[in-house]
Amino acid sequence: MSDQDAFRAEVRAWLEANCPPEMREPVRDEGDVCWGGRKWVFKNDAQKQWLEACAAKGYTVPDWPKEYGGAGLTPEQTKILKQEMKRINARSPLDSFGIWMLGPALLKFGTEEQKVHYLNQIARGEIRWCQGYSEPGSGSDLVSLQTLGEDNGDHWVVNGSKIWTSYADKADWIFCLVRTDKANKYQGITFMLFDMESKGVTTKPILLISGNSPFCETFFDDVEVPKTQFVGEINRGWDVAKYLLGHEREMISGGGAGGDMVSIGGTFAKAIGKNDHGELDDPILRAEMAAFDVDVFAYRAMGERFMDMWKTGRAHPASSNMMKYVGTELNKRRHELVMSGGGSEALEWDSPETKGGARPRAWLRTKANSIEGGTSEVMLNVIAKRILDLPGA
Amino acid sequence: MPLYHNDDQAMLKDSVAPFVAEQAPVSHLRKLRDEADATGFSRDLWAQFTEMGLPGMLVPEAHGGLGMGHMEAGIVLEEIGRNLTPSPFLATSVGAVAALAKAGGTQAGRWLPAIAGGEAIVALAIDEGAKHRPDRIATTATRAGNGFRLDGKKSFVLHGHVADMSIVAAKTDGGITLFAVPKDAKGLTADPRRLVDSSLASHVTLDGVEVDADAVIGEVDAGGDILDVLLAATRTGAAAEMVGVGQGAMDMTVNYLKERKQFGKLIGEFQALQHRAAHLYGEMEVARATVMKAQQLLDEGSEGAKLMVSVAKAKAGRAANLAVREGVQMHGGIGMTDEYDIGLYMKRDRALAEFMGDVHYHIDQVARMNGY
Repeated sequence: MSDQDAFRAEVRAWLEANCPPEMREPVRDEGDVCWGGRKWVFKNDAQKQWLEACAAKGYTVPDWPKEYGGAGLTPEQTKILKQEMKRINARSPLDSFGIWMLGPALLKFGTEEQKVHYLNQIARGEIRWCQGYSEPGSGSDLVSLQTLGEDNGDHWVVNGSKIWTSYADKADWIFCLVRTDKANKYQGITFMLFDMESKGVTTKPILLISGNSPFCETFFDDVEVPKTQFVGEINRGWDVAKYLLGHEREMISGGGAGGDMVSIGGTFAKAIGKNDHGELDDPILRAEMAAFDVDVFAYRAMGERFMDMWKTGRAHPASSNMMKYVGTELNKRRHELVMSGGGSEALEWDSPETKGGARPRAWLRTKANSIEGGTSEVMLNVIAKRILDLPGA
Repeated sequence: MPLYHNDDQAMLKDSVAPFVAEQAPVSHLRKLRDEADATGFSRDLWAQFTEMGLPGMLVPEAHGGLGMGHMEAGIVLEEIGRNLTPSPFLATSVGAVAALAKAGGTQAGRWLPAIAGGEAIVALAIDEGAKHRPDRIATTATRAGNGFRLDGKKSFVLHGHVADMSIVAAKTDGGITLFAVPKDAKGLTADPRRLVDSSLASHVTLDGVEVDADAVIGEVDAGGDILDVLLAATRTGAAAEMVGVGQGAMDMTVNYLKERKQFGKLIGEFQALQHRAAHLYGEMEVARATVMKAQQLLDEGSEGAKLMVSVAKAKAGRAANLAVREGVQMHGGIGMTDEYDIGLYMKRDRALAEFMGDVHYHIDQVARMNGY
């Protein structure tokens, strides 16, 4: 038996022993997705048990080093773990911006002390993080951000506001871009970490077109941040931010196209009906769905290749921008087809049969995919400049 | 297996890419075209391919080949595509070899070593009309004496007029049967037509062609499975070649954006063109990954291969088509001239797109394989 086969067998046995049956059911509502944190209320014992088992084994962050709460797995082993979890439909034990975003930034830029402290907390799901990037006047042009941290001896006094802060009202801590030098655009930003319960922090959820409020406005009014709580170097936070945006794009692109090799046409065969030849009984929609299936299956192969190359340092450093662009545009297309496939039923906004308008709300939510984390247009700019090396881009 | 080339495959690419670029760049195609070459490819170049062992890449070692896989064949095909090299490699060394190796038996023993030795060109006589419809084969094979009599018409048979053997798909009483028909068979005629990309494809007529029973590739009535293998290999190979064509067209176009000035600027400075070029880059990357996935699944003998092969042919078809269309448009007026190569890429892409099922055919197949 090869090392890989042995590892697969070991993982399989561990999952069998530790993944509760309830955690192998599809995610039905938001409470089924475990975000952890000080305020988290577990939906049931199984959710708690699953998180704790994975955290103890290092499987909430399998590819992180063991001393920081991970399992120290190689890319190949991580892939095997994911495959085995998928095989039994195991839910993710923990979703968090700490895992996807802050963690990678700390692994690259953090001090040893920061890594040991923050990464272990993230891995165990103890602290829920949010990201303070965009501001009302700084969207695509993020580097123009104005939230100001004034030097006051052993701490900064932070004033300003952030927008589109995902789940700020539920988060424990924030990683936040703050201007610490007004004279220097790119080298005048510091990547700070602070507690959302600090005096002077307030949040206000934003009602979106989907009727939901996953994002907040976040206000800072004379918030005191100790001058030890920053990542990288003072005034060099933009380097961390850029690196982290790459990971955000990776995350969005990975999740963007969503799902397995599930065919959209196959999903709607029952709702739309079939003709005598077994074809979807709407030839034009069938053709559009089939063309979409081709693109989505193709994108899954791209996702596999991208991750294989990314994890082994073979990918172009800007290729996550391409993944983000292609994946998010694809996801928007998926939901347009879901709405067409659902017809008038997919218009119902709050009926119990439609799980409170799950489809139209999800459809509207996807419109943000190509805006958040860098718009599609910005992604194309980056590809043009950094990958294709086009002039003046 | 990770979805990138391993060290051996990277080495293969490092030797094949410069070889094809030096020995058979686009000027090689132009020369054959301008001299109205009647063969459709250069026999000298094929001899050089043979010295490198390329014709027998997919031939099992027991039959004198290298026993490699579709991933490796795809490396060669991508370079053939990038350089628009006229070559019998796809039909002979990929499609025919896959079918013969799958079938085994007399015909495999007869033809595989000859292919590996660069001595035999094999044509694929599958299509019968203007569109690829392998489920509607009308050519018949009826029992006659010690063997069969073949009657029917075949179209789009690449290298049909020079092939030492043609693999002919025909209807038999209980299904489809594949036959190895040698070039000197009585009643076999191949009428070559020059296509838009300067390649030669034949209209083949089988008028009472008599073959022995041992001309059957595999078993009588059981040719469907072998045909599936032939089609999967050839489609994946065509997709790999299209990735090469698309990449070649894209590289040429992106370079042009960095050279051509209008309004006092390099045209690559205009965001309208930058965004289109960047979009094309994404499509090409996705197509490449998809083709590699199909190659990998074929090499693993995975059940999912059939779906991914159609996905790959469709996706590579879409992406390469975008690459050549954007290529001609972004070159502006000179893109319309014969002097510039970009138009040749457009022509080759069109022929490959049609070969073994176009984008629409494969999108439809994807729907069928998913039950709708």
